[in-house]
Amino acid sequence: MTMLHTVNKSPFERNALDSCMSMANKGSKILLIEDAVVGAVDKNTHAEKIKGAMSDYTFYVLGPDLQARGIDEGNVIDGVNVVDYAGYVDLVAETDNVQSWL
Amino acid sequence: MAEPWEEDEGPVKKFMFVNRKAPYGTIYALESLEVVLISAAFDQDVSLVFVDDGVYQLKKGQTTDGIGMKNFSPTYRALEGYDIEKLYVSKESLEERGLSEDDLLVDVQVMSKSEIADLMDDQDVVLSF
Repeated sequence: MTMLHTVNKSPFERNALDSCMSMANKGSKILLIEDAVVGAVDKNTHAEKIKGAMSDYTFYVLGPDLQARGIDEGNVIDGVNVVDYAGYVDLVAETDNVQSWL
Repeated sequence: MAEPWEEDEGPVKKFMFVNRKAPYGTIYALESLEVVLISAAFDQDVSLVFVDDGVYQLKKGQTTDGIGMKNFSPTYRALEGYDIEKLYVSKESLEERGLSEDDLLVDVQVMSKSEIADLMDDQDVVLSF
């Protein structure tokens, strides 16, 4: 069974991503949306957490939320997949369940 | 002759608005901007501080078509026209996010948190968003 975990809080403000990664099983997919997208920026002080967990999880970030905050896709951590809303729907459809870390 | 409401200018207080949240995910950034514009209408001494994820409010290149929300970032460039020119950005907050002054859409003063703390001490009113 694969699960999609969505996180919508900035790692600078809340521990939602940490909490998610402490409980998500290996092989899970983690999608960063809304304010959580700031955590997908390479060279931010939380980036190492995501880089260190690449072998356990597949990471995604919602492109429209990056664009709204003026974050260039080129500055996203290598290996984090940028998806649009259709890609979000695909992730929901292809996983068995969705857990939202609010 | 001056209108009654123009005669007495009243006290001018030092107002500081502390912005700590990224735009769009919550309503705080937009609400802060609304109150800043109101305070400008009352000719107060206004300063804006951007720390933590608040620095993203001033990030260049915000494009909100994809999320179906209004892009209010151009309004920060209009603040000058309301005589709001004291914009302070935390150096530490920029660096933690891999950002620099060049990434911002308005002229600001980048300073350390301790320098911002001194400015904060000097205010009559501090409003936090």
